[in-house]
Amino acid sequence: MVDRPVEYPAVDHEVAYVRTDDAPTLPAPTSEIGVKAWLWKNIFASMADYSSGPRAVASILMTIITVFTAYALIWMIWTMLDFAVFSATFGDPEGLKREACLPNPNGACWPYVQAKWYQFMYGFYPDDQVWRINVLFALLAAGIGWLVFGPSHKGKVAAFMLFGYPLLAYVMLNGMPVEDDGDLGHIFAGIWFPALVAAVLFAGWWLASSGKFGDVGQAFAPALLMGVIVVGIFAVLPLVTMTLDLALGTEVVETNKWGGLTITLVVAIAGIVVSLPAGMLLALGRRSNAPIIRYSSVIFIEVVRGIPLISVLFFASAMLPYFLAPGVDFNKLLRAMIGVMLFASAYMAEVIRGGLQAIPKGQYEGGMSLGLSFWQQMRLIIMPQALTTVIPGIVNTFIGLFKDTTLVLIISIFDLLGILLATLKDPEWATASTAYTGYLVIALIYWIFCFGMSRYSVHMERKLDRSHR
Amino acid sequence: MTDTATAPRTALNVSDEIAIEISGLNKWFGSFHVLRNINLTVYSGERIVICGPSGSGKSTMIRCINALEEHQEGIIEVDGTRLTNDLKNIDKVRSEVGMCFQHFNLFPHLTILENCTLAPIWVRKTPKKEAVETAMHYLEKVKIPDQASKYPGQLSGGQQQRVAIARSLCMKPRVMLFDEPTSALDPEMIKEVLDTMIELAEEGMTMLCVTHEMGFARQVANRVIFMDQGQIVEQNEPEAFFNNPQSERTKLFLSQILGH
Repeated sequence: MVDRPVEYPAVDHEVAYVRTDDAPTLPAPTSEIGVKAWLWKNIFASMADYSSGPRAVASILMTIITVFTAYALIWMIWTMLDFAVFSATFGDPEGLKREACLPNPNGACWPYVQAKWYQFMYGFYPDDQVWRINVLFALLAAGIGWLVFGPSHKGKVAAFMLFGYPLLAYVMLNGMPVEDDGDLGHIFAGIWFPALVAAVLFAGWWLASSGKFGDVGQAFAPALLMGVIVVGIFAVLPLVTMTLDLALGTEVVETNKWGGLTITLVVAIAGIVVSLPAGMLLALGRRSNAPIIRYSSVIFIEVVRGIPLISVLFFASAMLPYFLAPGVDFNKLLRAMIGVMLFASAYMAEVIRGGLQAIPKGQYEGGMSLGLSFWQQMRLIIMPQALTTVIPGIVNTFIGLFKDTTLVLIISIFDLLGILLATLKDPEWATASTAYTGYLVIALIYWIFCFGMSRYSVHMERKLDRSHR
Repeated sequence: MTDTATAPRTALNVSDEIAIEISGLNKWFGSFHVLRNINLTVYSGERIVICGPSGSGKSTMIRCINALEEHQEGIIEVDGTRLTNDLKNIDKVRSEVGMCFQHFNLFPHLTILENCTLAPIWVRKTPKKEAVETAMHYLEKVKIPDQASKYPGQLSGGQQQRVAIARSLCMKPRVMLFDEPTSALDPEMIKEVLDTMIELAEEGMTMLCVTHEMGFARQVANRVIFMDQGQIVEQNEPEAFFNNPQSERTKLFLSQILGH
């Protein structure tokens, strides 16, 4: 390096400068805001650069792609609109059924959807009992609405939706047998089962909250209490109906009469509700230091993930009866649900394990150094963070699970898709466009639910993201 | 060095009550002998600074005191409770020993206040209202009560470390361990954390502090321990330690960290 004298500029106090007025804030030029600017920036700018050979080629290519995309988009929207609206049959005031739709073979046959809507929703559930499903649907919508928009008590509502609601749904869908013939013996027979269940749950709650089972007990206590309340209501209900002489719906509806969206939701919600806690336990198990726990978790996860869901469902419906003692019969729906639950749990475990691996060791140490027990650390520190990290993965699994429930149709359980296929065989509605109409409606219903879950996940991500507040 | 009873003690604020007793402590990471025959008695109210080159086992030693690290041989007793495999003892010791980490280890999904009330509520079973009062008291002490409803990610490093100190204090610990509390901080934030620690020391808290802040050691410590290769090489009062180090390794270490 050559040594050179450095010349610093002399500080000239003559030109010292102090701003007295703020420089004005000017409005943005029209090239930055408004519809025109947006169109220019996002569409036309990429097609307008001809300053050099390669850029001109790129611009011409972009023009071709843009024109083609615009054409494809317009064509698709037009085709859909034509099918669903312009060429469609809307009403069937004369009750002509297929005759009403035959003149419009290229348009949707909406009267068919109208005629079969009941089955899409409820399957073969008896007319006079359908209010039970409607109450459950309304409760589900209210619960979810509360979780998204509710002002407070979201934790309690979430706990109810996770633990109380499925129990309530089972009891309401299935019904409780009470023969209201005034015979106290019969009434007692209808009461003892829910009463027994409630008593067992109550004992569980009492033990859990007594502190003998430590923090695990404390964690499960609210769920058990919820169960006591729900089942308790159904133990008391027959007494109330007797006393007030009301005929409340306690008629048993066999599961083979359930169908449509009801079955889809029953299987999906069961899978979702079971897979989240089961997945957490399996994920923790897989990271456990105890070899027995670790290996049983690994084996469960790897075996279940390695088998197609269809084969498990087939096994459960066709093979399982051979292995059971004669007379022992599992409900077919229950078997399918268990299959779906096992599946979802295994997938969920791996998603949650991913979240656990993202938690730095310091978080465990922070918890340990404060004297928190293992389960307290998991519940209060590790899981809340791990689950937040993997919300996209969890919702992904939920959406996959929701759509996988259609597989139960292969063991002749009539879920939403299954019931559609069944109604398509109805000769009274056989037209060229019936099937397309049906599939469109079913696809739309699935899409609404899945898109809803996706939006809820985005909402939760934003809400729980502490780092960018 | 093994005779800890003769270790120098300044009269100020130090009682004869033994807070921590470590004898014959040996620890291995796999086949690596990381702590070799450590003997140390800490009296109530002592402020001990532990220094030494990296990899000398100083962090590992204080992490053994609240069982964040398992030791294989020797005895560690905190406040008369011996650390064994018994989880009850471990939990008891941990709830009486506060710890501050290099990277704070605050819980990012909880507010500052929730960070401070979590352990009192769940471990000590303190009623929530009381826990909040205690937390606000200590947050005032570390001079950030106005940040109580923010999240850790919104605070500066120095503020986060002070919250970590307050969080530990909320458990009303008998002993505080500091594991390089200022090493991850920007220079301008080191002072605010050290000031908090000095204040704590003046109130008579028993402290073990792994740090390279030799100014802090001179001002606050009543004993400085130098560790190298898993052993306690030298310990003395700060004046004697810095002005008249005995061992060659200590001299070398001091010349390296004080020499610029």
